[in-house]
Amino acid sequence: MASQQQDAGTGAYLIRGAAILGGAPEDLLIRGGIIAGRGHNLPADGATVIEAAGLVALPGMVDIHTHLREPGREDAETVETGTRAAALGGYTAVHAMANSTPVADTAGVVEQVLTLGRTAGWVDVRPVGAVTVGLAGEQLAELGAMADSRARVRVFSDDGICVHDPVLMRRALEYVKAFDGVVAQHAQEPRLTAGAQMNEGEVSAVLGLTGWPAVAEESIIARDVLLAQHVGSRLHVCHVSTAGSVEIIRWAKSRGVNVTAEVTPHHLWLTDELARSYDPVYKVNPPLRTDADVQALRAALADGTIDVVGTDHAPHPSEHKECEWAQAAMGMTGLETALSVVQHTMIETGLMGWADFARVTSTAPAAIGRVEDQGRPLDAGEPANVTLVDPAARWTVDPSKMATMGRNSPFAGRELPGKVVATFFKGHPTVLDGKLNTPYRWLPETPAAAGTAAAGSN
Amino acid sequence: MRHLLSTEDLGRSNAIRILDTAEEMAAVGEREVKKLPTLRGRTVVNLFFEDSTRTRISFEAAAKRLSADVINFAAKGSSVSKGESLKDTAQTLSAMGADAVVIRHWASGAPHRLAATDWIDAAVINAGDGTHEHPTQALLDAFTMRRHWSRLAGTPSTGADLTGMRVAIAGDVLHSRVARSNVWLLRTLGAEVTLVAPPTLLPIGVEKWPCSVSYDLDETLARGVDAMMMLRVQGERMNASFFPTTREYSRRWGFDDNRLRALDSLGLKDTIIMHPGPMNRGLEISSAAADSPRSTVLAQVRNGVSIRMAALYLLLSGDNREPAHHANSTPSIPAETTSAHVTKESH
Repeated sequence: MASQQQDAGTGAYLIRGAAILGGAPEDLLIRGGIIAGRGHNLPADGATVIEAAGLVALPGMVDIHTHLREPGREDAETVETGTRAAALGGYTAVHAMANSTPVADTAGVVEQVLTLGRTAGWVDVRPVGAVTVGLAGEQLAELGAMADSRARVRVFSDDGICVHDPVLMRRALEYVKAFDGVVAQHAQEPRLTAGAQMNEGEVSAVLGLTGWPAVAEESIIARDVLLAQHVGSRLHVCHVSTAGSVEIIRWAKSRGVNVTAEVTPHHLWLTDELARSYDPVYKVNPPLRTDADVQALRAALADGTIDVVGTDHAPHPSEHKECEWAQAAMGMTGLETALSVVQHTMIETGLMGWADFARVTSTAPAAIGRVEDQGRPLDAGEPANVTLVDPAARWTVDPSKMATMGRNSPFAGRELPGKVVATFFKGHPTVLDGKLNTPYRWLPETPAAAGTAAAGSN
Repeated sequence: MRHLLSTEDLGRSNAIRILDTAEEMAAVGEREVKKLPTLRGRTVVNLFFEDSTRTRISFEAAAKRLSADVINFAAKGSSVSKGESLKDTAQTLSAMGADAVVIRHWASGAPHRLAATDWIDAAVINAGDGTHEHPTQALLDAFTMRRHWSRLAGTPSTGADLTGMRVAIAGDVLHSRVARSNVWLLRTLGAEVTLVAPPTLLPIGVEKWPCSVSYDLDETLARGVDAMMMLRVQGERMNASFFPTTREYSRRWGFDDNRLRALDSLGLKDTIIMHPGPMNRGLEISSAAADSPRSTVLAQVRNGVSIRMAALYLLLSGDNREPAHHANSTPSIPAETTSAHVTKESH
């Protein structure tokens, strides 16, 4: 353990009496970027003491699905603002989706995003590479070049757009096997969803908004799990939103298909009834579904059919939401509310405990993205990526006070449980006392250390 | 009533109140001088993001008969076509002191946005939004039906509803705001509604609506219909495979000459034929049906002005009280207001 201690920097922290994964209170000593000790009555030894009685210690959260908008839409979000939001939300890593401008479909762009993330220093920014050039669904992007780049891309996605061509999807699934990649599919049959505005059902019938039928998601997932099985590759299904999709994924897993699935916090709670307001803050893709779908998604997350919670954090400038529903952009912010929404929908309902929470927000997403130093147990010798949560706190969502530039939170005005008190990223507190502290400072990379988690100081 | 956005949330008493007020307004339309001073000094903006000359001139005539100042704001040839947002347009109209905004928009829910946001303070009247609702059309349809139904019963129409009336609505329900508004309002007024359409032109979820659904127009007619409303069908729907050809559509779901004759052979002598216009003669309705004595097409247009006068009057007259809930509630225009002015103006 001591041998792994590298540059100790200035920071050593003794977290005293936190419920680790919601269990019995213990101390965690953080020093030199790692968890230097776990146990009872650890000596402070000069470390800054954080009294954590009543707090829950969790492995730093890993978001498998984040839109940071940079490069290209810096009016919506930047890597700096988006990762500040992530740290405040309890995250220590985010996967930055590829639908930027230019699209992250080359080694150059993914390395640019990686560099922006390291310069910001709030979390580990893991770029996602596009599956096809320009997200156009016609030609494979240079997946191997992105995998071999400094960004070491392992997750590939055209998210926002479905890889709908079955041959192209098959090839992508096959090709990423060469470097242990995964294709994260945005499951949306495009012809069945032309002009779609909201879930197709009773509410869309009344509102006269073009329907986005569940079958458009389910048919693609059914096809893709069969393709993944056929070519023996790894498939990740983004933002599963329907009860039928859950059934298909459950069936695929029972057949041994290497498929993982994600659900967003908003799909665990909100329903298409909210569209009756015609307020575009509730417009999202895939759309909010029915309460039956919400209940099925919760059950699936609890029983492991759905592996992870991904925020699909999608900030938009206000002018893209202050308009007619049909004109509005799709998407919701999520980084700063995810923990609270999952606590409300999964933990306070008794469906999951904090250990399950750690699995779906940290361990499993880190494994899918092959983020080796995250999603680890909170044990001595492990990298010190730790989130401290006050589960008893209550707060009211005010988008104007968020770190994200996006004001499009569907939870605005709602009182939520649970508050992030501190976030440690590589042993450095990016968040303390529920407020942003300072970013982690990456050391300049040496060629030998390229791509590995460089140790750093403040 | 603060706004008139939909019939889905229009209660029975408010609906009857609009219909009864429209009866009084219709009386004004019969006079030599078809004008009331009621809304003198008030400004009504017709904000049209979608072409509809018929609806616009109907609202314009209604507002002018109430002596309001009318501003027509068409999206084409205005700043809207240069990318100005609904928000900016609304704030501009608000700054100009609009008292009421009559909005026609291609996007479902646009009138709700105007009413729900702080962009503008004016009363909002939905003059048709996307495939959502067209409440004044449904009200004028109900007004037309109520006059017919009451005449058959030999009772005055004022205060009455449509209890027991059998109404069939045939055509492109999926894309029809007229159908939606009619279903909700006719339910509220006690009529029995049957929607008739190809399955492709019915929305998923229609089974939850307060009406029956049929794929067979002849069967529906045979069961007995008091009002047959044909909806406009766009021939272009054929290109998106909603139906194979316009000819097949007409044969199965059009009100053609055979079906016009069938009304007689079925003994349905009092059945009226309605159409919100504009008609596709030869597609959803034959010329013989459109021009027959059963047709109420022109009466609907005439009644549209009365309904829109009533809506503007009730929203702008400052009388925002909920009407009494008993059936014999007094007519809503205070006698001294209307009668006095009518007397004065009609000379």
